[in-house]
Amino acid sequence: MTTRKTELMVGIFVILTIAATLLLALKVVNQGFSDTQSSYTLYAKFDNIGGLKTRSAVKVGGVTVGRVESIYLDPEDFNPIVVLSVSDSYQNFPDTSSVAILTSGLLGEQYIGFQPGFAFDDFVVLADGDFIQDTKSALVLEDLIGQFLFSRDSD
Amino acid sequence: MNWVIGLGASTLAKINGVGRAFLMLSGALIAVPQLKNVRLTIQQLYVVGVQSLLIIMVSGLFIGMVMALQGYTILVNYGAEGSLGPMVSLSLLRELGPVVTALLFAGRAGSALTAEIGLMKATEQLSSLEMMAVDPLRRVVAPRIWAGVIAMPMLALIFSAIGILGGHLVGVDWLGVDSGSYWSIMQATVEWDKDVVNGIIKSIVFAIVVTWIAIFKGYDAIPTSEGISLATTQTVVFSSLAVLGLDFVLTALMFGIN
Amino acid sequence: MTEHLVEIQNITFSRGERLIYDDISINIPKGKITAIMGPSGIGKTTMLRLIGGQLVPDKGDITFKGNSIPAMNRSTLYHNRKSMSMLFQSGALFTDMTVYDNVAFALREHTHLSESVIETLVLLKLETVGLRGAAQMMPSELSGGMARRAALARAIALDPELIMYDEPFAGQDPISMGVLVKLIKALSEALSVTSIVVTHDVNEVLNIADYVYILANKKVIGHGTAAQIKASDSALVQQFLQGQADGPVPFHYPADAIQAQILGAKQ
Repeated sequence: MTTRKTELMVGIFVILTIAATLLLALKVVNQGFSDTQSSYTLYAKFDNIGGLKTRSAVKVGGVTVGRVESIYLDPEDFNPIVVLSVSDSYQNFPDTSSVAILTSGLLGEQYIGFQPGFAFDDFVVLADGDFIQDTKSALVLEDLIGQFLFSRDSD
Repeated sequence: MNWVIGLGASTLAKINGVGRAFLMLSGALIAVPQLKNVRLTIQQLYVVGVQSLLIIMVSGLFIGMVMALQGYTILVNYGAEGSLGPMVSLSLLRELGPVVTALLFAGRAGSALTAEIGLMKATEQLSSLEMMAVDPLRRVVAPRIWAGVIAMPMLALIFSAIGILGGHLVGVDWLGVDSGSYWSIMQATVEWDKDVVNGIIKSIVFAIVVTWIAIFKGYDAIPTSEGISLATTQTVVFSSLAVLGLDFVLTALMFGIN
Repeated sequence: MTEHLVEIQNITFSRGERLIYDDISINIPKGKITAIMGPSGIGKTTMLRLIGGQLVPDKGDITFKGNSIPAMNRSTLYHNRKSMSMLFQSGALFTDMTVYDNVAFALREHTHLSESVIETLVLLKLETVGLRGAAQMMPSELSGGMARRAALARAIALDPELIMYDEPFAGQDPISMGVLVKLIKALSEALSVTSIVVTHDVNEVLNIADYVYILANKKVIGHGTAAQIKASDSALVQQFLQGQADGPVPFHYPADAIQAQILGAKQ
């Protein structure tokens, strides 16, 4: 009798744990573009990535379409290369698209702003592994202030 | 000169104690797994897990509610009350869930384990097992270690989940933060492997340390009433200090260095 | 010459700084009741733990059925323990189980008998000690004497060759004491087990013991059959048997002369 009750209560304990884990997995954690969801990879080379990090968002007009997969330095010209993982549900961006590193709000996180280019008649679509040519680097506050002071001096 | 001798003696005694603790652990865990021991472990899961469930759930709920209340009053000054979700959930998943669960577990289940095993020793039940050719390390100690190590991460997950629901209760249902932004900003911030998994790893480490201390203190207790009461106190004090100290180390390793 | 089940050969044992046994030898004849007596604090329980292999002597050897206990490895020791059992002073019943489960414990741990066979065995053992009616009680509901009888039923569950009784009569009323004396005698005769009784209750044990050892001052001070012991001319043995307050075992714990201490404090 007692062992049956014990086993029942331990069973309930396990069910509660599973429920808690499910709540965390489904409701709390970002369901962004995990490895399970199919995606394709694009590359972009910047002069300066500022405070961009792995897993930063890639947004088109404010809609998150992907995440930064990894960031590394090009060994030849020492410019950072950002690997973007874009969801398969967003296809057919023209190769004239541009990417910029933007900041959400004054002090917010940095993300990749993806600006789809104009679609001409015989446009080429960005496919898996392509490089995005048109990139705008992050604004670095110190550089801006430096430029501002410099230009005032030269006036 | 005398205090140097005292220092040396107490250092030797401490090292001796650590050695005995390792001997106990290896004696208990290095064994062929048997079906019978699984059943004993389930029985202990009931004692250390299910019986701690209520205090964990109530504490989780209240801590989540308090976090939402305090967080709201600060965040609303910056118009950032939308960030209440990530604040509550990250604090719970990374810190409060594992740490508070471990502290409560040390007080609720750890002290009970120490007292139980200490009394079994004082009433010669452990000796008696030995003389009946049943190894008390395998029959008594091992199932309790496994049960403690399994139960605590489960309790910590339940604690965090209920805390987040408690934060929702206060933040959204009472203070009027938008429910959509509570969840969506949380989802945009919390990451499975970085936040949830690291919290679980912390909790497993705490579980090993607290359970080990509790059981060793009981097993090594001087078998008198003073000895057991001292051992029970030491369990709570030592495991609380160990949890808080280890928490800093683990946090530094997990989140401090990028 | 009688066969010895347990032979203790010239052992020396100390706990920490304190020497407990200094080079003593004891032989336990097979199938007989051997009593080990001595004043409290002499380490009689320690002797049982040495035989059970829970403690290891500093010097000397202890053999059980001809095999050295201190030299055994863990599994041989555990195997040998199945044929010994020990009745602890407190009974040491498992407090979270009924009396029935306590007695069934060793059978369930060490045998693969079916539950119905175990039931028969357990009820028989409980019948032997007169507690069949208390099978479903918890240890906390038993009186001291009943707890000890229940523990005895548990001790004989596996039909051991050697039963060690640690102070079986301590703190018992005369009726329980009589019951226990009768049980120890009956078990020894009916099952022809070897018994070692450690006690300081002289009269009870001299009635049932076949052979007696008296320990004091870290040594064996006398041994022989009950009659030989009673007729001993050792002052120490006679002091112990008759319970005299002062004698070779002094009433006073060693100290300076009282005059010196009191007068010395005044100066």
